Amino acid sequence: MIASSTDRDREALAVAIALLASLAIGSALMLVAGKAPGHVWWLMVQRTLFTDAYSLGQVLYKATALVLTGLSVSVALDAGLFNIGGEGMVIAGVVACAITGAALPAGTPAVIAIPLCIAVSAAAGALIGAVIGVMRVWRNAHEVITSIMLNSIVSGVALWLGNELLFQNGTTTGPPIAPGAELPQLGFGGSSANLSIVLALAAVVALWWLRSRTTWGQALLAVGRDPAAARATGISVGRVQIYAMIAAGALAGLAATNFVMGHKHAFEEGLGRGVGFLGISAALLGRMNPFGIVAASLLLGFLSSGGLAVAQEVPKELTEMLQGVVVLAVASAGPIARRYGRAPKDVPADPARTTGVA
Amino acid sequence: MSEMIRAELDKSYPGCRVLAGAQLAVEAGTVHALVGENGAGKSTLVKILAGIVPADRGELMLGGARMPLAAWDRRAARRAHISIVQQHGAFAGSLSVVENAVLGAEPTKRGLLDLKPTAAALAALGDKLGLAIDPWARVDRLSLGAAQRAEIVTALHLGAKLLILDEPTAVLAPVEVEGLLRMMRELAQAGTTIVFVTHKLDEVRAAADAVTVLRAAKTVATFTGAADTAAIARAMVGGELPVQTSITAPASEAKIALELRGLSVAGDIVTEPGPGLATHAAADRALAQVAVDLRKGRAKATPDPRAHALESIDLTVRAGELVGVAGVDGNGQRELALAIAGLAPYTGTVSLAGRDLVKRTPHQRLAAGLAHVPEDRQRGGLVLDASVADNLTLGRIDITGRFRIDRAAVARFADARIAELDIRPASRDAIVRSLSGGNQQKVVIGRELSRPHLAAVLAVQPTRGVDLGAVARIHDQLRAAASAGAGVLVISADLDELLALCHRVVVMLRGRIVGERAGDELRADDARAALGERMTGARGAA
Repeated sequence: MIASSTDRDREALAVAIALLASLAIGSALMLVAGKAPGHVWWLMVQRTLFTDAYSLGQVLYKATALVLTGLSVSVALDAGLFNIGGEGMVIAGVVACAITGAALPAGTPAVIAIPLCIAVSAAAGALIGAVIGVMRVWRNAHEVITSIMLNSIVSGVALWLGNELLFQNGTTTGPPIAPGAELPQLGFGGSSANLSIVLALAAVVALWWLRSRTTWGQALLAVGRDPAAARATGISVGRVQIYAMIAAGALAGLAATNFVMGHKHAFEEGLGRGVGFLGISAALLGRMNPFGIVAASLLLGFLSSGGLAVAQEVPKELTEMLQGVVVLAVASAGPIARRYGRAPKDVPADPARTTGVA
Repeated sequence: MSEMIRAELDKSYPGCRVLAGAQLAVEAGTVHALVGENGAGKSTLVKILAGIVPADRGELMLGGARMPLAAWDRRAARRAHISIVQQHGAFAGSLSVVENAVLGAEPTKRGLLDLKPTAAALAALGDKLGLAIDPWARVDRLSLGAAQRAEIVTALHLGAKLLILDEPTAVLAPVEVEGLLRMMRELAQAGTTIVFVTHKLDEVRAAADAVTVLRAAKTVATFTGAADTAAIARAMVGGELPVQTSITAPASEAKIALELRGLSVAGDIVTEPGPGLATHAAADRALAQVAVDLRKGRAKATPDPRAHALESIDLTVRAGELVGVAGVDGNGQRELALAIAGLAPYTGTVSLAGRDLVKRTPHQRLAAGLAHVPEDRQRGGLVLDASVADNLTLGRIDITGRFRIDRAAVARFADARIAELDIRPASRDAIVRSLSGGNQQKVVIGRELSRPHLAAVLAVQPTRGVDLGAVARIHDQLRAAASAGAGVLVISADLDELLALCHRVVVMLRGRIVGERAGDELRADDARAALGERMTGARGAA
């Protein structure tokens, strides 16, 4: 569905307000830490984006995974479901990808190994998504509850598998994947940025196209915005929600390619941890728009990588707090922007329908 | 008489001036009608009075005292004893009527919530006004009409001095409308001031002491005393009314478009007290008692008199025929519509053009040639936050294409519907939420009645809350669908609409069909009264 230009303006306004507020709060934090904010910000930008190729590469590496988990959250929310299961989906993808890659004979050519490992990562995440979706639609189990619980179950299973099968010689690292399954790195001063960024960008374009140009996207958004209207016009709400959760799982599962195939080349305890939750931030910050999510992921990646780049100046924890500040600011900027945006004419906004007694 | 309200108000939304110095002056203790086409600004004006919507500029005098507009909000309006009953209801859904009534000022007994006195007071007041309500019913399980009755009774219970009713009669049956209008007169005599928004000029004539006519954001005329309805109508539309096309002759033995056999829907409409009439207050009290017993788990074994929301309905609609379903809102009409559309489980058969639709999904039913105009455009008819074009083509893969949306075709189709139905603003990219009620309804009509190979049309409250010009257009569309060979089933609480539109009218009461009139019988002078009596179960065969 095509958002009107006023809608877009409002979203842009919300993000602008949020970023300015974050900048102000971040500066205040730096002042409290006894540093000159202007100097620290400048160092952060300079080192990350201009002087240190490694830092820039790390921004891209982190953003790649965030784009995928951010899309995962947004596609579920398009269908009216709040997917907190990104963590579990990513870990499922990591385990499945690493096991498959390691099981392949060392001489497996890339044309077979790479597509296979990509497909397995997506499928593993999709399986988790399918479980959440089916439980929601068939058993009416709330997706927030089930996805949080599945996160625990999946990470428990991953650790168990690691201890029983994968970890080698007392380490917490599994066997390496076949060389043919490795994704080439992009350089950037030996950073972890790798070719899975192409996969992430392809997913962005594909999702944008599906959402705005196809009947699937129309049905997806209709289900999220008004299930009753969707049902009355013949859309199967349950089916759309299950498909949306499967797609969400597949997208988050794909983040495993960034970690396993592009960087570590093996299963490792804790690999990919946190990126599922941070994807919620990326999706919120990106206002659920695929391209917005790319920008948001780059910003979050920049804060994370830039924090390390200025670690001598301000504590790393301070820049980690900044990520939280940005999300809080974005979450609270929406209503402010709405107040100045378009309002309905003869029909009250929904809140007016539910407030108070006549 | 003293002056209750004098207001002159400005209100704009981005790109749209809703009120431009619109004036309203109301004498205390009178019934004042506010009329005008959809989008004229009526709802906005009354919402400003009730403090729901802030005005941009202007002046508001209450009883001669100037009110600060900047600080005029819901709380201030409530302090001034102004209550509003809105078109789409304002009750909190999961609470009961009585819980809503005490919201914010809960009565307690020894520190515990004590709802019984309030519930009894509400029921008594409802009985007195001829608006029977069940205070313990959950609001989200009430039909629109029953919810509205409950809101009116609640507002009066809370001591409203100025009662604003935004299209109060849109969901009521004729007898209920008469009751409501009579109640308004009585309340005015007792000192309450009433402002009511309406489209129906006979109601103005029957109940109003004075009339204010709004057109395009401005007050264009005011009338006091005996109203000249023709003059009011001219002021409303800024010219003469469009002439309604005459009714085509009823179809002869044409093939069957829609057939219902033994159609039953389980479920309780216990929350709906049935005919909201004093004449049946005793029966209602008995039923309410059953409901209370059931709630308390006392009477599990007692057979529920309304175990079926819809009981063994037989109805045939032939191709080219317009059949109306009349009845007080909440007597199974909603269940009837949901069953036909495949949105609720049922027993019995629904067949479309001779084919049984058993186990067909809503999608398959629509694809098989059914059009469905749902009861409430804002809850199920439209995706309010999507554009006009998206809503016109929602689920219409015959226009959009199966997978990739053919955007040129969508634009062509949307522009054609916008032109055909005069949807305003004439923009396919406008967000539907920003449209007035009448224009929203036109979007639903445009999507549903333009389906290809239509065998049957199911239209539920097709013109509720829609202005006169739009009513004529929507009726024309329904007639056109019938003359193109579809069987049209219109479910409406507006008996006059059915009499004007249909070849045959059946009456539903408590989930059953209890009466029928067709052809000349329907045109007879006593048809309206006879059907009205059947709707309330007051009399024998119609």
